[in-house]
Amino acid sequence: MTTTTPLAGKTATKPPVTEPPAPFLERFRVPGAFLLGALLLLGIAPLVLSDFRLSLLAKYLCYAIVAVGVSLAWGRGGLLVLGQGVFFGLGGYAMAMHLKLADAAVTGQTLPDFMQLYGTGDALPWWWKPFADPVFALAATVLLPMAVAALLGFFVFRRRVKGAYFAILSQALAAAFAIWLVGQQANTGGTNGLTDIQGFFGYALDDPVNQRMVYVVVAAVLLVLMAAARQLFVSRYGELLVAVRDSEERVRFLGYDPANVKLVAYVVAAGMAGLAGALFVPAVGIISPALIGVVPSIGFVIGAAVGGRASLLGAVLGAIAVAWTQSTLSDAYPAAWTYLQGLLFVVAVGFLPGGLASLVTVLRRKRRTHNPATEGAA
Amino acid sequence: MSGLSISRRGLLTGLSVLGTSAALGACGAKTGSDTSSASGAKADTSGDTVKVGLLNSLSGTMAISEVTVHNALLLAVKEINAAGGVLGKKLKPVSQDGASDWPTFAEKAQTLITEDRVVATFGCWTSASRKAVKPVFERNKSLLFYPVQYEGLEQSPYIFYVGATTNQQIVPALDYLKKQGLTRLYLVGSDYVFPRTANKEIRAYAKANGMEVVGEDYAPLGSTEFSTIVNKVKDAGADAVFNTLNGDSNVAFFKEYKSAGLGAKSLPVLSVSIAEEEVKSIGTQYLEGQLTAWNYYQTTPGAANAAFVKAYQAAYGKDKPTSDPMEAAYTSVHLWAAMVEKAGSFDVDDVKAAADGITFDAPEGKVTVDGATQHVHKTARIGKVGADGLITEVWNSGAPIKPDPYLKGYDWAAGLS
Repeated sequence: MTTTTPLAGKTATKPPVTEPPAPFLERFRVPGAFLLGALLLLGIAPLVLSDFRLSLLAKYLCYAIVAVGVSLAWGRGGLLVLGQGVFFGLGGYAMAMHLKLADAAVTGQTLPDFMQLYGTGDALPWWWKPFADPVFALAATVLLPMAVAALLGFFVFRRRVKGAYFAILSQALAAAFAIWLVGQQANTGGTNGLTDIQGFFGYALDDPVNQRMVYVVVAAVLLVLMAAARQLFVSRYGELLVAVRDSEERVRFLGYDPANVKLVAYVVAAGMAGLAGALFVPAVGIISPALIGVVPSIGFVIGAAVGGRASLLGAVLGAIAVAWTQSTLSDAYPAAWTYLQGLLFVVAVGFLPGGLASLVTVLRRKRRTHNPATEGAA
Repeated sequence: MSGLSISRRGLLTGLSVLGTSAALGACGAKTGSDTSSASGAKADTSGDTVKVGLLNSLSGTMAISEVTVHNALLLAVKEINAAGGVLGKKLKPVSQDGASDWPTFAEKAQTLITEDRVVATFGCWTSASRKAVKPVFERNKSLLFYPVQYEGLEQSPYIFYVGATTNQQIVPALDYLKKQGLTRLYLVGSDYVFPRTANKEIRAYAKANGMEVVGEDYAPLGSTEFSTIVNKVKDAGADAVFNTLNGDSNVAFFKEYKSAGLGAKSLPVLSVSIAEEEVKSIGTQYLEGQLTAWNYYQTTPGAANAAFVKAYQAAYGKDKPTSDPMEAAYTSVHLWAAMVEKAGSFDVDDVKAAADGITFDAPEGKVTVDGATQHVHKTARIGKVGADGLITEVWNSGAPIKPDPYLKGYDWAAGLS
């Protein structure tokens, strides 16, 4: 990658620069927006929102972290990742297993509460034991999903499985993982999942101050990952990823291995989903197979689709907006909200295939095509 | 480009420092310490009306069952309001949709407590949803009334369990089978907490009572593929099937059961999750003559039940059946109202203190609250599905059974909890 690739100059797929503003403004547009986002999330939100609303926002931001990865893998890499629930779940369970063991240790027990109820009642399963170590558990929340994604991706991409087949495979994996978790009630809590988590690395989660701390951590992680993803987008790797999405064969003929390019995006997206799952556990207090199966896995992608998958900010805002709409609509219309939500999806995807992020471009194009007509009439 | 990325990196470092310092600067209570001051939300009892929360799945797989419970809760609220309310205040029901999704249940429970500031919440169906909201009610010191039979082995200080626990449903059902001489059991259930825990208890009972479990199979929730399981049941030489399947799976199971030539005469099935509403959706022709175990049937005699069925059908439709969970939900609102009246206050601690010994002439008969376990004394009833789709009682326990959620009174259950 040391030589200049002919691709870098030739790709016509770079997101269209909408309007050439003053160079000075353009230079500070991205860091400026980033700073504004940071101010909103870390400065203003904790001030104006109640404890409860802030903890809801923490939950939405966890979904947004998944969306950052989806934007990379799907938006830029064209990989329809319909099984992010698996990685979200791996991260979530890794974290929850550690927290359950820590809770048990506080009360002097060796087994988490649910194992005393449903388990064989004797000893901790061997694969639970390493999660008692906080460093191992924290590392596992990210590395475990990445390892699974690497293994799966290695075989899948090398065999040139793509498009719908890749999506179906991801879904099957999500379904299988959720069913396995349910079946292992003695070791995983079954359908209940891991609930009733009391502490987060020594801090009691029922204290609102600590809940706010969790929110700050989630928001900071989201901002850091967005910055990192943006860096990836504009890097030479980002260009290559888009090239693979748009014309895999051509990239292959140029001497790159598209499988490796896709693998990196897939693995990074999995790591982000894992981290999101790990943060979801202290923020919401539960991880269960209901967050992992086919439906939630599709849900992770819907947010990015509504917001605009190719735009990082679009995907993140889309994920937050979809989750927020769901909470608000279901509060206001407990019996009818599912219909309203479905309608919103249809309208959003039907009229704005590029997502909400393309709204500005679409409106501008409308005006441009509209203007000559009005001029002609005048 | 490079200048930009450097400035971004600087920004990043600054931010992470900011985030870390904010996180470290604001340290709250440690685990294990007392955080009783933490609960900021207080129920709002200042106005002429008080809000009560109704938390049921109005969408998703569980909606078919939970909507009927929601209706029964609304009926009870309406009746109490018509009689003048509680402590002179009218009740305003606030519905929230749990959407058959456990984390959503937790979120909506929190909404009811902190945003709507309800004085009590009624609802939940699956054990998984109850387990998800339990920490929310405990953390906020708010009350939940749970209306469905469950697997026992739980006792939260902030939950009242108005449905049957194991010794009021499953144990009497096993007693009944034993008395009938049906001692070789085949266990079929959906793959989740209630069936797995119930079957563990059944195995312990069987071992101590000279009964034999000849097979145990689970199908994933919502599964409709039962030919393998039914064939295994057919060849196992069982006297009866103990069925803890839930929801749609029952439809497929009983159809397969009939087409394999099995029926109530040749190999009876005792079900613990099939009530009147489910009989209708499965089809009476598949279920006629089969057994169920509950504490209430639409046909249960008594003036209280006649009035309940009449009021329910007047409100929701002439052909709508009433079932055990609906009856327990209806009863739970009346029990709570009686507790508040006795306490003379909506305060959670006062209500809990007043709970012991509260009685209500429920449609299932007289029920009494047991203050120590926060469960309810209930009469166990074994029923048989009739040709009309209604269930008629063939046996009952004679008197209400004292709730024993941890099965402490049964020697065979010693190793269970």
